[in-house]
Amino acid sequence: MPPLARRNLLHDKVRLTVTLTGIVFAVVLIVVELGLFVGFTVTTSSIIDKSNVDLWVVSKHTPYIEQGSAFSERKLYQVLATPGVASAEKYIVRFAQWKTPDGAEESVQVVGFNPYTGVGGPWNVVAGSVEDLKTPDSVMVDELYKKKLGVTRVGEVFEINGRRARVVGFTHGIRAFTTSPYVFASFKNAQDYSRLSEDQTYFMLVRALPGTSLPALQRALQDRVRDVDVLTTAKFSSMTRIYWMFTTGAGVAVLIAALLGLVVGIVVVAQTIYATTVDHIREFGTLKAMGAPNSYVYRVIITQAGISAVAGYALAMGVSFFIVRASQSGGAAILLPWQMAIGIFFLTVLMCVSAALVSINKVTRLDPAMVFKG
Amino acid sequence: MSPMISVRGVSKVYEEGASKVAALQAIDLDVSLGEMVLLMGPSGSGKTTLLSIMGCILGATSGTVKVAGIEVAKLGERELPRIRLQHIGFVFQGFNLFPTLTVGENVELALELKGIRGSKAKQESRRLLEQVALATKYGTFPADLSGGQKQRVAIARALAGSPSVILADEPTAALDWHSGRNVMLMMQELAHKHGRAVVVVTHDSRVLEFGDRVVRMEDGRIVPPSPSEMAPKIPPSWEVAANIQPSREAC
Repeated sequence: MPPLARRNLLHDKVRLTVTLTGIVFAVVLIVVELGLFVGFTVTTSSIIDKSNVDLWVVSKHTPYIEQGSAFSERKLYQVLATPGVASAEKYIVRFAQWKTPDGAEESVQVVGFNPYTGVGGPWNVVAGSVEDLKTPDSVMVDELYKKKLGVTRVGEVFEINGRRARVVGFTHGIRAFTTSPYVFASFKNAQDYSRLSEDQTYFMLVRALPGTSLPALQRALQDRVRDVDVLTTAKFSSMTRIYWMFTTGAGVAVLIAALLGLVVGIVVVAQTIYATTVDHIREFGTLKAMGAPNSYVYRVIITQAGISAVAGYALAMGVSFFIVRASQSGGAAILLPWQMAIGIFFLTVLMCVSAALVSINKVTRLDPAMVFKG
Repeated sequence: MSPMISVRGVSKVYEEGASKVAALQAIDLDVSLGEMVLLMGPSGSGKTTLLSIMGCILGATSGTVKVAGIEVAKLGERELPRIRLQHIGFVFQGFNLFPTLTVGENVELALELKGIRGSKAKQESRRLLEQVALATKYGTFPADLSGGQKQRVAIARALAGSPSVILADEPTAALDWHSGRNVMLMMQELAHKHGRAVVVVTHDSRVLEFGDRVVRMEDGRIVPPSPSEMAPKIPPSWEVAANIQPSREAC
C-alpha cells in the first residue's frame, strides 16, 4: 500500500512541525493542569493516605483533617478493648505558630504521632531519623520549607507556640496543601506545641487484626465509642480532598484550570488535525473521484491522525518529564502518575481521531466533482 | 455493438436557494469502444457536468445513463464508486497527482484501489509508465516533473486496472502545445489501438484533428458542430511512445 498517510505527514516538514507543536502544546498543557490538580488533591490528604492504618477515629462531624476537635484520650482504651483492633494510636494535626530566632513567624501544622511505632509519622526521611523524634523538643520538617521556616541545618532551634523546637531531621517532598508546612513531632511534644490538655487527642489511628472485617469493626467501634466518627482511611481521605478541592476557592480554581487546560488542549489538537486534513482535501477528492470507497479515505485520515497523536504524545511526555521534575523543588507539585500518563495517551489519540472524524465529515460531504474545477 | 456509454434524455438542474439552473437539457449521446469523442463548447455550456454524469460522479436529474451496459442513474452513493473503479479512468486538467507520492506510487495507489497490490502492482505500475514513456521517472516526485510529464503520469494512473472508459477534463489546458499534442496522441491511441471509449472535454480547437467526433455544447444542449468541427482529420494510429517530442519537456 502506498504510504499516503505517512507521506502526507512527513512530506511538508513545516506543516509537520506545526502539527506536532500544536499537539505537544496541548498535551503538555493538559499534563501541567491535570498534574497540578492531581498534585493538589494528593497533597490535601497525603498525611491520611500515608498513615497506613485502617480506621480513623475523629470527633463527631469532623469534615476534614485540619478541622479535628479534641476529645478524651480515654476513648483509646475503649477502642483497644474492641475485638478486632490490633493497635490504636493517638494522633494530632493542629495549626501552630513557628517562630525563628530573629522573630519572624510562620504558620505550621504540627503532626504528633507515636515515634515508637512510627504510625502516622513522616516518610522520605533524608536527614536524621524517626527515632530522633523520641527526644524532648525535637521536630522534623521538609526540605521544601527550609527557606520559609528559616531552617538551614539539623540542630537549629526555633519556637512553636512559645515552646522550644529543635530540628532533628528533614523529609523530602512532604508538601502541605495549605500555606502551613507540616512539622512532625512526638505525640507528647505535639500536645505541648498545640497546647492540648494532657488527657486529650485529636484523632486515633486504628489498625485491624488480620482477617477482621473492616466494615464490621467500623460499626463496632462506632457503637462502642460515643461522640466520635469512625471512618475508613479512604473515606476520611476523600472527605478531606473533597473539602479542599470543591468547597474552597483554591481547589475550585485548580479544578477549573484543569478543565480549561483540557478544553484548550482538545481545541488546539482538533484545530491542528483539522487543518492538516483540510490541507489535503483536494487529494481526498481525487481519491473519491477515482472510486476509492469512503472507508479507504477514512483510513488514510485516521492513520494520519494516529501517527500525529503518537509522535506528539511521545514528544510531549519528554517535555512533561522535565516540567514534572522541575516542579518537585517548587512550591506546587505537578504529579504525573502512570495511570494519568496512560490516560492522557488515550486522550491524545481520542482527541486526534475525533478531530479527524470532524474532518472526515467534511470529506464525506466532499463533492468528487470538485476535481474537475481546475 | 452497443455503445460503452449511453446517455438518453439526461437533464441536470442545480438548485440554488429558490432559483433553479438547468445545466443540461435532454442530452442524448453514445460513445463506443475505440472511439474518441471531443466535447467542446464555451464555459458554462455543461461539458464538465456531462462528463461528471458519464463518470458516475454526479447524478442526473432525469434521463438514463448506461456505462458498460449498467444503468447508473439509479445507483446509490455506495455503488457509484465501484462503477468508477471498474470501468472508468479519469484524467484531470490539474493532473491531481498525489504530491507526497512518487510517480510509481501514484500509479500503484490507483492499482491498489482496484485490488492489485504488492509486487504485482509495482510490475504493472512500471509497465503503465513505460506505456507513457516515463519508466525512468518511477521514483521521482511529481513536483520534479514538467506539466506534460505530470499529465502522462495521470494517464498512466487512469489506465490502472484497464478501464474501458477514459474521461479527460481539459487535459491539455495546462500544457504547451508540444506537450498537449503528445497527450492527445496518447489519448487517441487509447481509443484506436487499445479500444477504449475516450471522451475529452476541451476548449482547445487545435486538438480537433485528434477526435473521431466532436460534440458541441451550448447552454446545456448539444448543438450541431461548426463546419470546421464537422469532419475532423483522423490521423493514423501512432506508436505513441515513439512520437513523444522531448523538445519542451524535461525528460
